[in-house]
Amino acid sequence: MRWVKRHLLAFAALAVLFYMLIPNVVVAIFSFNKPRGRYNYQWTEFSTEAWQHPCGTPGICESLGLSLRIGITASFVATVLGTMVAFALGRHRFRGRAGTNLLVFMPMATPEVVMGSSLLTLFVMMGVPSGSEAILIAHIMFCLSFVVVAVKARVASLDPRLEEAAADLGANAVQTFLRVTLPLAAPGIAAGALLAFSLSFDDYIITNFNASPSSITFPMYVWGASTRGTPVQINVIGTIMFLIALVVVVGGQAYSSRRQKAA
Amino acid sequence: MAEQLSGDLRLVGLTKSFEQFTAVQPTDLTISQGSFFALLGPSGCGKTTTLRMIAGLEDPSGGQILIGDKDITSTKAYQRNVNTVFQSYALFPHMTVLDNVAFGLKRRGDKDAKRKAEEALELVQLAEVGRKKPVQLSGGMQQRVALARAIVNRPDVLLLDEPLGALDLKLRRQMQIELKRIQSEVGITFVHVTHDQEEAMTMADTIAVMNGGRIEQLGDPATLYESPRSTFVANFLGQSNLLRATVTGEPGSDGTVVVRSHDTDLEVSRAHLPDGIREIFLGMRPEKLRLGTGGGPNQLKGTVSDVSFTGVATQYLVRMPWGRELTVVQQNDGSARAVVGENVTISWAAEHGFALDAHQDADAGVDTED
Ligand SMILES: Nc1ncnc2c1ncn2[C@@H]1O[C@H](COP(=O)(O)OP(=O)(O)OP(=O)(O)O)[C@@H](O)[C@H]1O
Ligand SMILES: [Mg+2]
Repeated sequence: MRWVKRHLLAFAALAVLFYMLIPNVVVAIFSFNKPRGRYNYQWTEFSTEAWQHPCGTPGICESLGLSLRIGITASFVATVLGTMVAFALGRHRFRGRAGTNLLVFMPMATPEVVMGSSLLTLFVMMGVPSGSEAILIAHIMFCLSFVVVAVKARVASLDPRLEEAAADLGANAVQTFLRVTLPLAAPGIAAGALLAFSLSFDDYIITNFNASPSSITFPMYVWGASTRGTPVQINVIGTIMFLIALVVVVGGQAYSSRRQKAA
Repeated sequence: MAEQLSGDLRLVGLTKSFEQFTAVQPTDLTISQGSFFALLGPSGCGKTTTLRMIAGLEDPSGGQILIGDKDITSTKAYQRNVNTVFQSYALFPHMTVLDNVAFGLKRRGDKDAKRKAEEALELVQLAEVGRKKPVQLSGGMQQRVALARAIVNRPDVLLLDEPLGALDLKLRRQMQIELKRIQSEVGITFVHVTHDQEEAMTMADTIAVMNGGRIEQLGDPATLYESPRSTFVANFLGQSNLLRATVTGEPGSDGTVVVRSHDTDLEVSRAHLPDGIREIFLGMRPEKLRLGTGGGPNQLKGTVSDVSFTGVATQYLVRMPWGRELTVVQQNDGSARAVVGENVTISWAAEHGFALDAHQDADAGVDTED
């Protein structure tokens, strides 16, 4: 009984971990399946066929490529703009600051369906054709908010005296920013960029509103496929994405703890 | 370590207001090249603001700052050959100690930055921690890194904003000696801000006592201590006994003047009496007073109300007939000690008293230090 008590926390943690990881595990297991019908929902036999031909289903790798391109572009642009906005909001008092704060928060609070449909209306009115450009603009817009929030938190915790110390030691504004401010804000910026990428890569609803038949992103492909049948390649790509995310997170953790310990 | 002569630091009518509030009243001050100057005053009197204006981190509302003949008032902080040791150290947490120290040199494109930084770390006896991050150091070590980071640039003026404030007493004493040694070694002008009067007196060549945004008095430590010109300075710099008195006589041939306080005639040196003043506070430092009649011609009778033994000395509180208590400090040199309730005579020499204008608050500056 005492033993159980002492390990209660470990049990709880394992249970939560199990609960959270089981979908990923199922996806990974079924990537080795060889389904008999069009749907990959029932285990039949072991096969590495899908792993050998991840692009073996028409359209899947094209959609993945499009999602990656949009994700990388959107997160890059949103990170650059969002970082600048965060510094402006965190460091300077100006007219309309409160309003800007509110506007930045809006996309996070607005339901995606509402945002997707109103964006479509806007694009139609302005004559912007549906397709990957429209999707990109939409993604940059909602990613921006998350980057601003992530970077602003970091900027707020920065000691302004460090920048004064840099100026005192002869660093001009640009040098101070590059050598002191930016390195100190980097963790927040990196977190914002990663968040932006995964939000963009993941988005279905807003994307779907503004897509054209030639701009099928990966989530749209998966959704479309699920109504026609689910190729095993979806599981393969899903598993790879999960592993990449895992490596990035674990690697990041290891790197920051190494840096902290480094003498 | 040859220094080219940069000249004295001069403040001309320097002032700073934050909206309605004037943090620094127009101030004129000359700090001579290579001296150790202390800016002493209670919390909120404008010391940091003055320092920040010299560093270029705060724009003055008026006045000028000059080093030698060069007016630096409108130059930016990074263009000034002035460095600061911040109260909070402000070390860059993402850099190693060595990179912190080399930061200023590298901004100037010094090819020898690394070697000079290592030398500076040796100067503050931290050669072995160069590769560590600031968070891994103790407060005292961080403080020395901050000092090395500033000094390595060989500035014309080094500004120190209560750099010892966070240290415990022992380390503080050690660092005071260290700072003094380094200052005489490198010969840079040091402007040291503190609200610890003992620190100011042990370290500085010249002290400016600040109060409410003004410099109350300027001078070397001994002069400030022996001849304060205001009750604030008298109370803030050490302890003072102040007696209300009226000038009754004219200067005698022995250079003393007779003043009357509580029906007793007392003598004070003419040199210590400001001109044209009749109502005065007669001030005496506790250690200048003697129990017994051996101290001099000035004598007051009272009753011992408290005795506290402090090791090298004993401090007595002696209640005067009119109720006020005077503090007397006697060296524990083997002479007999008084006990509580004993009737005693206090005596002192005429030249050990100082006179202040009575039109000020007798308690200004009392207990403002911590
Ligand atoms: N940015 C500012 N805005 C408004 N008032 C300020 C500002 N900076 C300082 N003050 C005010 O100016 C006065 C002097 O401040 P300063 O920091 O120079 O005091 P200090 O002598 O360094 O005190 P301490 O010993 O506590 O450090 C204070 O009353 C402070 O409230
Ligand atoms: Mg201060």
